[in-house]
Amino acid sequence: MREAYLRYVAVAVALLCLVSLPVWIGNAYYINIASQILLFAVFALALNVLVGYGGLVSLGHAGLFAIAGYAGALMLQAGHGHLVSDLAAIAVTLAASAVFAVLALRSTGIGFLMITLALGQIVWGVAYRWASLTNGDNGINVNSRPAPFGLSLAGAEAFYFASLIVFLLAVVTMVLFVRSPFGASLRGTRDQARRMTALGYNVWLIRFLAFLFSGFWSGVAGLLFIYYNQFVSPQVAALQASAEVLLMVISGGTATLLGPIAGAAIVVVMKNVVSAYIVRWNLVLGVIFIAIITFMPEGLVPGSVRLWRLGWGALRTRASVPSLRVQGDGAP
Amino acid sequence: MNVWVLLAVNSIALGGLLFLLSSGFSLIFGLMRIPNLTHGSFFMLGAYLGVTFLDHGINFWLAALLSALAMAVLGGLIERLLLRRLEGQVLPQVLLTLGLAFIIADVCLMVWTGDPWQPATPRHLQGAVQAFGIFFPIYRLVILGVAVLVAVALWLMVDWTRLGAMIRAGVDDAAIARVVGIKVSQLFTLVFCLGAALAAFAGVMGAPYLSVYPGLDFEMLPLALIVVILGGTGSLLGALVGSFLIGFLYNFGQAMFPDLAYVILFLPMLLVLVLRPQGLFGRVVS
Repeated sequence: MREAYLRYVAVAVALLCLVSLPVWIGNAYYINIASQILLFAVFALALNVLVGYGGLVSLGHAGLFAIAGYAGALMLQAGHGHLVSDLAAIAVTLAASAVFAVLALRSTGIGFLMITLALGQIVWGVAYRWASLTNGDNGINVNSRPAPFGLSLAGAEAFYFASLIVFLLAVVTMVLFVRSPFGASLRGTRDQARRMTALGYNVWLIRFLAFLFSGFWSGVAGLLFIYYNQFVSPQVAALQASAEVLLMVISGGTATLLGPIAGAAIVVVMKNVVSAYIVRWNLVLGVIFIAIITFMPEGLVPGSVRLWRLGWGALRTRASVPSLRVQGDGAP
Repeated sequence: MNVWVLLAVNSIALGGLLFLLSSGFSLIFGLMRIPNLTHGSFFMLGAYLGVTFLDHGINFWLAALLSALAMAVLGGLIERLLLRRLEGQVLPQVLLTLGLAFIIADVCLMVWTGDPWQPATPRHLQGAVQAFGIFFPIYRLVILGVAVLVAVALWLMVDWTRLGAMIRAGVDDAAIARVVGIKVSQLFTLVFCLGAALAAFAGVMGAPYLSVYPGLDFEMLPLALIVVILGGTGSLLGALVGSFLIGFLYNFGQAMFPDLAYVILFLPMLLVLVLRPQGLFGRVVS
């Protein structure tokens, strides 16, 4: 009871902080970083549907993210409006997700991972080598940001609020998803696929739909990204990008809501900080991967909770130790 | 006419190279079920080391062997010190090998800079032989010869020696293999070393032909992956057939559809996944 109450307070405080963030940060550079965190949090939440709740590790999600970005950018370049372009981009991403899912779900475990990796590389290959379509390494510029209901998103602050709305929508759908029977059945296929089949669930279909759901939000994040960056290049589809978002999910803690969000914040902040001082981001990324696996394999959020409980427990027992001693022989 | 023959020769050479790369991957990923994402990095780092040895005037074959030996040691260390602690845990293994791949890539960039390195073809392997009125570049034929040698040696080792039988036993049922006195853990380290060494050897063999440049690692890794999925995980014959298939597809695709050559490579893999998920020569694992 008290915990539920505390949770509402925490959510309210977090919301208040997020909404008032531009006021107390002020600086456009930091507001932009906050927007980046939000959009990558959407992406990480999307991947977490598969990695955390479905037990299906995808290393090709940057491909879906990039497909949405490229589809949107190409439509805009062809002179279509923002709404049409965005809807078309989401439709293309959903179609691509369906193809990815049909192929990758031929297998689970390592097989799934390797197939998604290969599919992601195909997207990268198209983006990089099919220059007549994608302009190759030079990428595509996105010249304008949309202005929904006449509100321009050109400024850092306005874009932050737009990202925040999308992010909150994503979080709400994730909460609904986790609590729904569908979310429960997806977790069931992760833990006991054979038992779920015996119970009459269509395991393949559940995983397929989860992949589409994940693909949808990856696509939304991809669109946010091209509007944020106003540029899309093959780098977006590279294996490094897939690895980065996987790092966000895992560093934060899989199968939690807060984990991917925290992970996105950590990775984005670190990337910006590290890039400011040294050019060796990939080296740092690799070291972080290995450090997390070695020291906090369950992720930072569950790991911190565990350490917190451990520390709290230690504190409590220490507090109770003197009274025990008083009752005992009274030794100091 | 002549162009097509030349393309075919190039395809066979690339196929040989791909087999050297993917045979090791087939052993590590296919047999031992370790998702080793550093395999492309072994190829690239091996190639860089080989190029450096060549720069110091070391004989080509010696350079290739030295580089293979160095990668075998590195692979063994990675397997013993890091991967071993994560036995059977796919996700941590993936992250670990991915992290290592990023570190190796960045270290290579630091040491060998971003410029491509292309050593000259060794003098005794230059030139061409004439047969049936067509000139065949010797070096391409040598790559093919080495690949065939390695294929035969691996086949003999896995299928016909006591060591191979022990490896297969360890893969099929590690617990029972241990009970009958097979040191499964040491065997797996050995196989991992062998795979890493083969990748490095392929890297040096390929250097005069592909050149060595940053990003080569993540270009080769998917190729090894395609070959293994295509041929069937754990099947050396599958890896051999898959390598030559991909070699042909790459060269002919490059010639006919330059924009889509890279994508075409993945088509047979996708077809195989849909129609025959266990791969062309894979056995069905229940």
